[in-house]
Formats: sequence, structure tokens, C-alpha cells
Amino acid sequence: MPLLEVKDLQTRFFTRDGVVRAVDGVTFEVGAGETLGLVGESGCGKSVTALSLMRLIPQPPGKITNGQIMFDGADVLKMDDDEVRGIRGNNIAMIFQDPMTSLNPVLTISRQISEALELHLKMDRSEARNRTVELLELVGIPSAKKRLDDYPHQFSGGMRQRVMIAMALSCNPKLILADEPTTALDVTIQAQILDLLKNLAREFRTAFILITHDLGVVAGMTQRIHVMYAGRIVEKADTGELFANPKMPYTWGLLRSIPRLDEHRKERLVPIEGLPPDLISPPPGCKFEPRCQYRRDICREKEPELTGIPNAKPDHEARCWGTQSVSGGGWLVDLDWRHEIGDTAVLEEIKQEVAQVPAEAARATSADLPPDVTQKEGI
Amino acid sequence: MATVTRPLTTQQRAVDLNVLARRQRSLWMDAWYRLVRNKAAMAGLGVIVLFGLIAIFAPFLAPYDPTYPFTADGKQAPVLADPIWAGTQFVDARYLFGTDNLGRDILSRLIYSARVSLIVGVIPVSIIFVVGVTVGVLAGYFGGWVDQVLMRITDVIYAFPDLLFLLIIQATLRNTAFGDLGGGLVLIFVGLAIVNWVGMARLWRGQILSLKEKEFVEAARAIGASSARIMSRHLFPNALAPALVAVSFGIPGAMLAEAGLSFLGIGVKPPMATWGVMINEGFLVFSTSPWPVMLPAFCIAIVMLSFTFLGDGLRDALDPRMKI
Repeated sequence: MPLLEVKDLQTRFFTRDGVVRAVDGVTFEVGAGETLGLVGESGCGKSVTALSLMRLIPQPPGKITNGQIMFDGADVLKMDDDEVRGIRGNNIAMIFQDPMTSLNPVLTISRQISEALELHLKMDRSEARNRTVELLELVGIPSAKKRLDDYPHQFSGGMRQRVMIAMALSCNPKLILADEPTTALDVTIQAQILDLLKNLAREFRTAFILITHDLGVVAGMTQRIHVMYAGRIVEKADTGELFANPKMPYTWGLLRSIPRLDEHRKERLVPIEGLPPDLISPPPGCKFEPRCQYRRDICREKEPELTGIPNAKPDHEARCWGTQSVSGGGWLVDLDWRHEIGDTAVLEEIKQEVAQVPAEAARATSADLPPDVTQKEGI
Repeated sequence: MATVTRPLTTQQRAVDLNVLARRQRSLWMDAWYRLVRNKAAMAGLGVIVLFGLIAIFAPFLAPYDPTYPFTADGKQAPVLADPIWAGTQFVDARYLFGTDNLGRDILSRLIYSARVSLIVGVIPVSIIFVVGVTVGVLAGYFGGWVDQVLMRITDVIYAFPDLLFLLIIQATLRNTAFGDLGGGLVLIFVGLAIVNWVGMARLWRGQILSLKEKEFVEAARAIGASSARIMSRHLFPNALAPALVAVSFGIPGAMLAEAGLSFLGIGVKPPMATWGVMINEGFLVFSTSPWPVMLPAFCIAIVMLSFTFLGDGLRDALDPRMKI
């Protein structure tokens, strides 16, 4: 039985302008100790999915209207508030995007990390303090003991993110949701933090859901990747398979827009034209159809299911008429995607990284990670 | 190998230096250092502490009983004696600051008045703080109907004229058993608290409304903190600084209100001495001798000014945008 099983999750926001279908029928699972990547551009429902898992959607206006979230055999959506609080921080922890604002400015580092320990493990002050020192050392804060009574403003961005990670790890959770954990950091720090997360995932056998818009970030860390678009999962595959054999035109678009800094690149970065659809009144057919350069009439009429693909691995699924062997569909099955992406050097780099994941390489990606893409919202 | 070891040791050294070079200071300590460097605020604080000490040790400092208009041998004390520095023929060497129209020692009355003023400053403001924080935080945090109900009550009280309300409760309750408690002080506490908690509640609600959207609140929720914990541990200390400034301006406000009410004759009951009562009584003889009015008025002015300096200093010191 997988650790986390999400079935047909729907989260909606009831606003004055209409109902926003932020997460619209998402189904996935995460095994114990597994790292899953959720990838997609801004506003496609990644973060809302993560918040829904912990029932942290602000209510109103948000509401989880349908679905099942089985965590460790119990349905999170059927729990009362006390039970959910018992899970938050204890069994499922979260690392937030911006470490600058996610720490309380008036509490010391040690008090913030101790909070979860006191709440869930019923430790007293001194026990919690000792454990806090351990945690800070674990996440690589130098002179941890001396920094305990520092305030967040005395820490740099990278150190604060380490503190956030220490907070998430404090109760040995089974699952950690990392919501763009490196987006607010600069490139060298990004690499360090990713390294740290990777080592922790390996060492503690903690399951991770890594949410990002950067395919380069997930490449070296995850076992499987789910690509999200407009509140839905549009492509699911093993990490290696996804980079070796991506099927959905949206995934191609994401791959095409990974920037490079070395001199090989002659062309400009190719963005995906247009913006994600308005989630209040999404298009009736495929959600990506208005921006898709391979679209046909069928795409506008009916939305495709997320199903297997003829010439791919069995657990590789895509939500695209072009890959499905139905009448009027399947025109992308035999297309050589490499021509569609153009410069494949980036992909070669990424594939090297992917190759390192099962090999348990002692030192991985930091040097050859793709450069900073944080300024490019909506790659 | 030198290329490997050298950067490492440098890095370690940098870390050590970094830790040693810096004093560990909390935000409150930083604010305190900023306050100490503000001369006006420290002068104000000094005067306030001095008045506090005078109030606490009033029985030992006052040369005479503040309500007893007779000399030690039981004779009527001289009335309306001038302070000894006035140099007139009405100076009486036994009475440093002179006497009032009944022959009571003005210095002793001023000293005992400091007591009442201090109590009137502290107790109603404490009630205001507790009620204002509770209402403001609950309304701000929960929003929705809780906010609606609490804030409409607040609006009603806010809209009602303060002085009129105080006059009404004094007029109706002054001669009851409740109005007699503590020589009429308890009624003043309650009256001042009722008209003034609304400002504090609004201040807190506003603070909480903006704070609760901060990410650290979401982070606290994500580690399983309950609403009560988030309010008390995460929101309260973050909103405390502006509230402290409000308190430091609220205390002199309450003192002034008591003086005003006593001057109007609806404050504490005679023979208890307060600066307001003294001004009220001295007013009758102002044309003959200005001192019974001037001296308490001077005391009020000094204390008000001190609190204003302190409040200004606190506001500057607690402003997070100010750096040392």
C-alpha cells in the first residue's frame, strides 16, 4: 500500500467572479521513501494540491469539494480538526517557498523549531533544545549551539531555508511537501539546498513531494514526475522515462524553456506562447489546446483522459489526443520529439543527472544544475 | 592539496569570527538600546519613575496628613498660606508649598495625589489592554460573524460621546454602593475602561488582519499549531510593539480624564486628594491665591509631558524600519 493515495482531488475557490477550479480531479500516489516531482508553471495548481493534502486551504473562499486523501490508511478529508493538527508537522511536514517570510520574526530559531517537538512529541524545553541542536547540525548550520538564540533576521536566506528544513524534519515525518524550496534562493544556495534535501531523503527514507516549475531541479532528485497544467495532471512518468521519452506537447514546452548559460546555445529561449487558461471558465476540450502548436479539431471538442501511450512504458501516461490510439487521435505517437525541442544539449545534461539518482552518487548535481530560472515566471 | 585545505580553514575561521563578533540580542533588547539613546525619552522615564517612587512612599514623604486641616496641637492651620519662595507676608515656614483654603498642606496633598494619578493611569489602561487585545485579536483572527458582532459593538461604543457617557454613569451610580468603592475610584476605572477599550480593540484587529496573512502563520499551521497557539504565540508578540506605544499614550490620557472629571466635580470623592480635585477646589480662591491651582496643574503638565516623551521614544525605538 502506498503511503499517500490521492484520488480525484478537487479544490475550488468560491470567489465573487466565479468558481475557480484550482485543482480539478488530481489522482496520484506516493510510496514510502519515494520522491515525487510535481511540475508545472505558476498557477497550475501545484501549491494548492500540496496545501490540500494538509487541509491548509483557507476556507472560505477555498474548499475541497471532492476526492479522497488516504494517508497511512486514513482519509485526511474525513478527519476532525484535532486529528488533522496531529498529522500536520508530525506525519506530514511542509517546507515553504520563501524562507524570508516563513519564520516568525519575533521568536528565536530554537523556539520555532522546538514548537513542533513540544506539540507532537511532548518534549520539555531542554529536551527540545537538545534535539534542535541536532537538527540544526543535521541541516548544516555551523556552530549550531551558538546560533540557537539568534533571531531569523540574523540568518541569511540559505540558512533560513535550512532552518525551515530542520523544522520540517523535527518530528521525523513520513512525508515532506517541499513547495518550491529553492525558488527564493540564489543559484549556489539552490544547489546546496537541493543536495541537502536529496541526502536527507536518502538517509531518513522520508517521502518527498517536490513542487517546482523547474524541470532541472526535479531531474536529479525524483523517482517519478507528474506534470500539472490548469489543475490537472497532464503527464505522469518515471523521471528517466519522462526525460527520455516525453509525450505531451506541454512537457516539450517546459523542456524547451530551460535556459543554459554556456556558449553552445545559439538560439533564443523558446517560451510557451500565451498564458494558462482562466480556471473559472476553462476551455471545454484539452486545457492546453489554445497554446498547443500540434492541436487538431478533436482537441477543442473533448478533453482527453490521462491514459497509457502506445510506444512508451506502461506506467507512462499522458492527457493528450495526439498520443492516444482513438479515431482522430494519435498523430504525435510517432513524432520524433527531439526535433521539436531543438537544442537537446540541456536534455543530455539532465539525463546525466537522472542517471545519478539510483546510483546513489555521493556528490551529485550541484555543479551541473541548470542556472537560475527564478526570474522567469511562466517558463 | 593546499588548494583544498586553504579555503576550508578560511571558511571555518569566517564562521567563528562571525559568531564571536556579534552580540546576541533580541528585538526587544535592540529596541531598549534605541530607547536608552533617546535623551527626551529617558528624561521622561526618569520623571515617571520619580513620580512612581513618590506615589509608593507617599506616607513617608508627606510631612502632614493630606486631609487634616489642623496643626499638631489641634488648632486650625493657617489657610491659604503662600509657598515659602513667594516671599509674601502670608508665608508660613511650616508649610513648604503653603496651604489650601481649608488649611491642608499642599505638598502633602500633591504627594498623595501622585498615588491616585498613578493608579488611575495604570488600572484602567490595564483593563483596556486586556479587553482590547481579546476583542481585537478574536475579531481579526476569526473574521466572519465573530468580527461582525464584535466590531459592531465596538462601533456603537466608539460613536457614543465619551464625556456624556462618563457623566451619565457618574450621575446614576455615584451615590450607590458601587460608586463608593475606593472613594469613587472604581467607578472611574470602569467608566474610563468602557469608553476607551474600543480604540485598543481596533488597533489590534487591524494588526492581526495584516499579520494573519503572513507566511509564518501558515507555517505555524503547517506544523499543527492550534488557533489559540497561533494567536498567543505567533500573532500577539508581533503586534505588541504598536500596542505598547498606544498604552504609553493611554496612561496620561486616563490621568488627564480623571483630573478633568474631578475638576468637574464628578471624579473621586472628597476628601481624597487628586490633582484634579485640588484644581477644582483651588479654583474658588484663584483670584486671592493662584498657588492651589498652579501647583497641581504644574504636576499634571510635567507628568503628561514625560509620558509623551516616553511614548514618542518608544514609537521610534520599536519601529522595525529603524536600524541602529
